[in-house]
Amino acid sequence: MTNTPTGFGRMTRKEDARFVRGRGTYVDDVRLPGTLHAAVLRSPLAHARITAIDTRAAEAHPKVRVVITGAVLADRGLAWMPTLSGDVQAVLATDKVRFQGQEVAFVIADDPYSARDALALVDVDYDPLPPVVDARTALDPDAPVIRDDREGRRDNHIFDWEAGDAAATDRVFAGAAVVVAQDVLYPRVHPAPLETCAVIADHDVVTGKLTVWATTQAPHAHRTLLATITGIPEHRIRVVSPDVGGGFGNKVPIYPAYVCAVAGSMLTGRPVKWTEDRSENLMATTFARDYHMHGEIASTVDGKILALRVRVLADHGAFNGTAQPSKYPAGFFHIVTGSYDLEAAHCSVTGVYTNKAPGGVAYACSFRVAEASFLVERLVDLLALELDVDPAELRMRNLLRPEQFPYTCSTGWEYDSGDYPRALALLLETAGYRELRAEQARRRELGEHLGIGLSFFTEAVGAGPRKHMDIVGLGMADGAELRVHPTGKAVLRISVQSQGQGHETTFAQIVAHELGIGPDDVDVVHGDTDATPFGLGTYGSRSTPVSGAAASMAARKVRERARIVASAMLEVSPDDLEWSPGRWSVRGDPTAGKSITEIAAAAHSDLDLPDGVEGQLDASCVYNPPNLTFPFGAYLCVVEVDPGTGQVVVRRFVAVDDCGVRINPSIVEGQVHGGLADGIGVALMELIAFDPDGNHLGGSFMDYLLPTAVDCPSWELAETVTPSPHHPLGAKGIGECATVGSPAAVVNAVMDALRPFGVRHADMPLTPAAVWRAIQGRPLRGDLAID
Amino acid sequence: MQIAVVVNGEEHVRDVEPRLLLVHFLREDLGLTGTHWGCDTSNCGVCVVHLDGVPVKSCTVLAVMADGREVRTVEGLARGADLDPVQRGFIACHGLQCGFCTPGMLMTARWLLDHDPDPSTEDIRAALSGQLCRCTGYENIVRSVRWAAENGSEAAS
Repeated sequence: MTNTPTGFGRMTRKEDARFVRGRGTYVDDVRLPGTLHAAVLRSPLAHARITAIDTRAAEAHPKVRVVITGAVLADRGLAWMPTLSGDVQAVLATDKVRFQGQEVAFVIADDPYSARDALALVDVDYDPLPPVVDARTALDPDAPVIRDDREGRRDNHIFDWEAGDAAATDRVFAGAAVVVAQDVLYPRVHPAPLETCAVIADHDVVTGKLTVWATTQAPHAHRTLLATITGIPEHRIRVVSPDVGGGFGNKVPIYPAYVCAVAGSMLTGRPVKWTEDRSENLMATTFARDYHMHGEIASTVDGKILALRVRVLADHGAFNGTAQPSKYPAGFFHIVTGSYDLEAAHCSVTGVYTNKAPGGVAYACSFRVAEASFLVERLVDLLALELDVDPAELRMRNLLRPEQFPYTCSTGWEYDSGDYPRALALLLETAGYRELRAEQARRRELGEHLGIGLSFFTEAVGAGPRKHMDIVGLGMADGAELRVHPTGKAVLRISVQSQGQGHETTFAQIVAHELGIGPDDVDVVHGDTDATPFGLGTYGSRSTPVSGAAASMAARKVRERARIVASAMLEVSPDDLEWSPGRWSVRGDPTAGKSITEIAAAAHSDLDLPDGVEGQLDASCVYNPPNLTFPFGAYLCVVEVDPGTGQVVVRRFVAVDDCGVRINPSIVEGQVHGGLADGIGVALMELIAFDPDGNHLGGSFMDYLLPTAVDCPSWELAETVTPSPHHPLGAKGIGECATVGSPAAVVNAVMDALRPFGVRHADMPLTPAAVWRAIQGRPLRGDLAID
Repeated sequence: MQIAVVVNGEEHVRDVEPRLLLVHFLREDLGLTGTHWGCDTSNCGVCVVHLDGVPVKSCTVLAVMADGREVRTVEGLARGADLDPVQRGFIACHGLQCGFCTPGMLMTARWLLDHDPDPSTEDIRAALSGQLCRCTGYENIVRSVRWAAENGSEAAS
């Protein structure tokens, strides 16, 4: 890889120098003098009334400083906190526990081992209650009411939400020649970043300043929420998010232990540190998916797809703690229309409480586009099976055509740009689709089970326009501040937060591209609310679409200021200057010009500037995106299935992605690689299951399986580039595309392999047991550990 | 109890609790935070260090088991300013994103190349199969190790 381009192109990452030396600074690496260490006591039961908590023995432990219970917090108004979805969540349980692993007490000691020891000394009396484990029984009239903390609450219903035209959709279905229906479960999975969540709260009793070091994808949103929750004035709160070891949505919410750490620091006058262990991460922090979907697809006899009708039961756990734009309780699920030109579509989503951990929008799902994309791509494959048409041919017949963009889908999204047939054609060519089908036919005759699966997805990222999108009332715009120093070196401050995406490199390249200087001459500051402008953070693949645009626009403002400075230096009108990378020159006389470095020096000098033009060379921008961006892609997976054991081996995975203009192609490809591995994991092995008592069955990496290097093939990538018409750089965002698009390709491949056995559908994860049972005609419902 | 451990060539004598994990000894007692803690169950491998030249998961090794032995961590991989070929390979091939698994990956990769200077991609995948990465999908990690194999003769060490 060559370093260093001026602007866009492959370059090695600026952040890697510290990471390969073990010199990253993750929250658990931060050492503050006098730090105390905390551990969380968690509920062993899924649903129980707390009758008594006795902390005396724990408090008598020689190294324990404080034991915080719900009662201690309640005295300070901190026992409950708002979620990101308009609900409230117990910080520490006071009345009942509502899921296994729920926070009950917070023990602060001199060292982490002692804090752990003391957990065993806290005596909690529980009166067990029947749990709601199966979301499909949550609305039964006799179901136990989980949220009896809420005034007047008589059931477990959270919301009903719908999009599209139900009557029009019903009419199309009534007249359709072919209708295919399927129940599809997208089971509960977990983002499981390798760095677990952690916090250090440091409250200075003298200044009143609270500094919170936290694993967060959204430092500014956390600052505002902490101010709301604790009552500490927001200008006295600083949130620092140093290096973050993966997020995938897991580090968007504020977790109860963060609030406990703040309370603990205020009570002890010392910094309080808490680092979660893996079991806590898997059992209590935000899960993903858990969508029970019923989908129907209507078509003509010759395979023209006409309409979609979808009903969803959404399991939100014990508190509605999803993180998404507040107008959209089901996120962007209504992009379930996918990549096809439909006459009508309708989807309805009902959210329910169960005795499970809260969460739901995580794991690179793009606000539930993952669920939507999986469903529509399964339905298209089932339709191809019904019609006995090749699934690639069926998709090609129905994809949106380039001339239809901008395209408004039946549920209301305006897709910005795309050339879908080109991407699918490139995929089929790259994969050698015809040859693969021929090989499959030959192998079937030998009794071997090769499967070929396709998916085509349309993503919706870069949330979003402030008018339509907010998180707890905070509009989803992001800021950027650019300062060019007198020597021409630049510092860019951004509101978004890398968790591995490489912002320090990509954003430097954006400024370099706009100002015509080298990326090494631009440093990027992020992850400290005292040092960066406000913004909503990094999730939903929004960094480049929103904050990247802010950086670009700020740099263009700097460029315009530089033009005025150059005109003063050259004593010509600004209108007589023209821009070439790094330089304003007199039109028609390229030798008469000034470089950005020269202009920066002059901007800080005694040079006379026109009235009203400020000196120096800096600018800021708050970018309010006019629309989402809509990256897309076409994926193909090849698997081999052993019907004797049910074992699935992924032989190949070919991915064509179109995310518009690519700023750093290496980083883009890395994002795709990671998402494809997610798809293998979700499709084949990842699952949080529960037993009938509500016991979590995936509480360690021995039970919650993640793909390893031997489970993944060597990814084969290709690309098309269709710029976004409304993004200043034409970029669309890429972070979650592959996670959204790949599970359907894997599952479709396995179902294709199982076609000789008459298997139409089996739910994820397609573990050997699940595949074997599907072949036997006795599909497994893995999510509940029920036979 | 008192232990004496040579870490990255330097001897450290400390009083430790018998139950103290090696990963916490390195991170908390010695301040070597390059070695990470990820799962407790020997599955994720972010805590891999060399113990007498052999990769171990330091979350399931007691500090007292390192008494009288040599530990090498990611901080001991470079020779001064000169990076080890595996470190250079990970930079050159974009073999890391969030960086959290990277120290463990580097230590296992170093051990692999010490024992097999020219591993196939299958060998590399097998050697790294006890370690998890959530960001890279492994492809660029494999390429990084191959890069190190092909450019290892330029190693400063």
